[in-house]
Amino acid sequence: MNCRSEVLEVTVEARQVEEAMLALLHTILLHRSTGKFHYKKEGTYSIGTVGTQDIDCDFIDFTFVRVSSEELDRMIRKAVSEFKDALSNSGSDGMGQISLEFYQKKKSRWPFSDECIPWEVWSIKVNVVNLANEQERQICREKVGEKLGEKVINVVEVINRHEYLPKMPTQSEVDNVFDTTLKDVQPYLYKITYQITDSLGTSVSTTMRRD
Amino acid sequence: MESDLKPQDQKDLDKFIKFFALKTVQVIVQARLGEKICTRSSSSPTGSDWFNLAIKDIPEVTHEAKKALAGQLPGIGRSMCVEISLKTSEGDSMELETWCLEMNEKCDKEIKVSYAVYNRLSVLLKSLLAITRVTPAYKLSRKQGHDYVILYRIYFGEVQLSGLGEGFQTVRVGVVGTPIGTITLSCAYRTNLAFMSNRQFERSAPIMGIIVDHFVDPPCSSQRPANMGHPCNYRAPDEEDGGQFAGVQDSQEVCATSFSTSPPSQVSVRSLAPRQRRKEEGRRSVSPSDPVESLNAFTRKVGAFVNKPSTQITAASLDLPFAAFAPRGLDSEENDPMVHPPDSPPCPSPLQGSLHSQGSEGSGQQDDFVMVDFRPAFSKDDLLPMDLGTFYREFQNPPQLASLSLHISSQSMADDLDSLPEKLRVYEKNIDEFDAFVDMLQ
Repeated sequence: MNCRSEVLEVTVEARQVEEAMLALLHTILLHRSTGKFHYKKEGTYSIGTVGTQDIDCDFIDFTFVRVSSEELDRMIRKAVSEFKDALSNSGSDGMGQISLEFYQKKKSRWPFSDECIPWEVWSIKVNVVNLANEQERQICREKVGEKLGEKVINVVEVINRHEYLPKMPTQSEVDNVFDTTLKDVQPYLYKITYQITDSLGTSVSTTMRRD
Repeated sequence: MESDLKPQDQKDLDKFIKFFALKTVQVIVQARLGEKICTRSSSSPTGSDWFNLAIKDIPEVTHEAKKALAGQLPGIGRSMCVEISLKTSEGDSMELETWCLEMNEKCDKEIKVSYAVYNRLSVLLKSLLAITRVTPAYKLSRKQGHDYVILYRIYFGEVQLSGLGEGFQTVRVGVVGTPIGTITLSCAYRTNLAFMSNRQFERSAPIMGIIVDHFVDPPCSSQRPANMGHPCNYRAPDEEDGGQFAGVQDSQEVCATSFSTSPPSQVSVRSLAPRQRRKEEGRRSVSPSDPVESLNAFTRKVGAFVNKPSTQITAASLDLPFAAFAPRGLDSEENDPMVHPPDSPPCPSPLQGSLHSQGSEGSGQQDDFVMVDFRPAFSKDDLLPMDLGTFYREFQNPPQLASLSLHISSQSMADDLDSLPEKLRVYEKNIDEFDAFVDMLQ
């Protein structure tokens, strides 16, 4: 099976990194989360309801929509915060990439561990710039807002091609396709990883976050 | 075009398209209300949340959408459009964007109606939620108020884009293939906002009839010209009103929330309890930023630090620390002046009184002002020997420091100067002592 790979690139100020990443990751997850499945007899299931909420950014002229789930938001914020810290500790060149990967688990027999097969990977490349004065920052607020809008349109365009999605699982298989640990929503199984590139062009750290 | 659809699938598809159209309109109009939208996720399916998304239904918007559809469904050559425009307080208006729900002839015969089409429509609605925050009209709608309002108009039939000016852009939200055609959802938005930038928006009082106050019923649509559109910032009428929105009942039609993991078995559909259940759920799921529900309830809330006028604070109640802030039973709201304000003449501003009392006592002009007791915030009446007001007044007008008064300071300076020569003589006499001290330090 081919894994679909999409790359988004943004250029932001250091203080905008967090919100820009949250905006894009949450936009993707909004489309890749469903309500909780409730399995019934005879192989039927019903789906819970997903609520949404508008989030205004403080450092960017932008509002994005995310799934109403505090648990999910916490997990994404944690990953983004780690990425942001790693980016700022790497030095002033500030280039990095955060990836959101959706995967399916395939059970293997002992002694082999379960395989994780990605079916969609979103990579967000970030360039961090330093601005000299307040006027430039104000312009940056608006420009980054417009750019994020374009990225949201890109995300929506890809998603609405309705290409491969894992088949809806039976009750016994649901944990191989979805993350069922959250109490209010059910995203597809995902993991967030990131890479920081220093000024020499070598990547200095990669961290796996299993979620 | 003939379809090979089974009757049940055809029926399901028609229902899905109908409710998709209604939910599309709700999402678009709610995104232009000027407020942040927030709905709650629910792990248990309620049977009334179409497409497994919590999208509230503003009854008037549903009514307008149904009126425009007039029993038809969006189809090939029959598009449903939501036009968003801006109207200034001076009466100028400008179309900002037009959202189009259309269908073309490209069919997908293989797709499963009850499962894949439904889920893809759900994804498309999520995309609509995301895209409605991205087009330029969103920011404008968040700032609407005194200078301008955002209006919406729903129409059915041919798409009209001429009002968007030159160079308008189009963004496609998404497509969903069905056995009878492909549903497409897109937005055409104006890019030429020159009309806006040339205007000087002055702060002026809202004009009645254009900006509808939240607590006033909106004017009937019959009073408004048909092409003017409806404001995106009105209060929806109370559900008890019934009346012209009684037709909303069938919007709580059952939505398919049951799916099968085995290939195409029947969809089991849960029957829905009547309207009452929806009302309860609607109330339960109120969130603070919900623009519709929160306006329906206006009861008095007890604010922190507020003393209700009818309550007397007795010394006994002060045995408990902070007893005055302990929650009290709310008085009946019938007599509550906050909920039912009496027609009273305006009272003199306490600020006027306080300004006067801060000035030095005994200044003239006292006859021109009414002496109002100075009541600083958070203070209680006469419980301590020195209350907050007295303390405040005294420390506003402290007496002069003795050392800073001119004649005393000049006198001490003169004394200092006179004593200098003698001090110098003494130090010179003891110069050896000082030198020895300095050496010791080093």
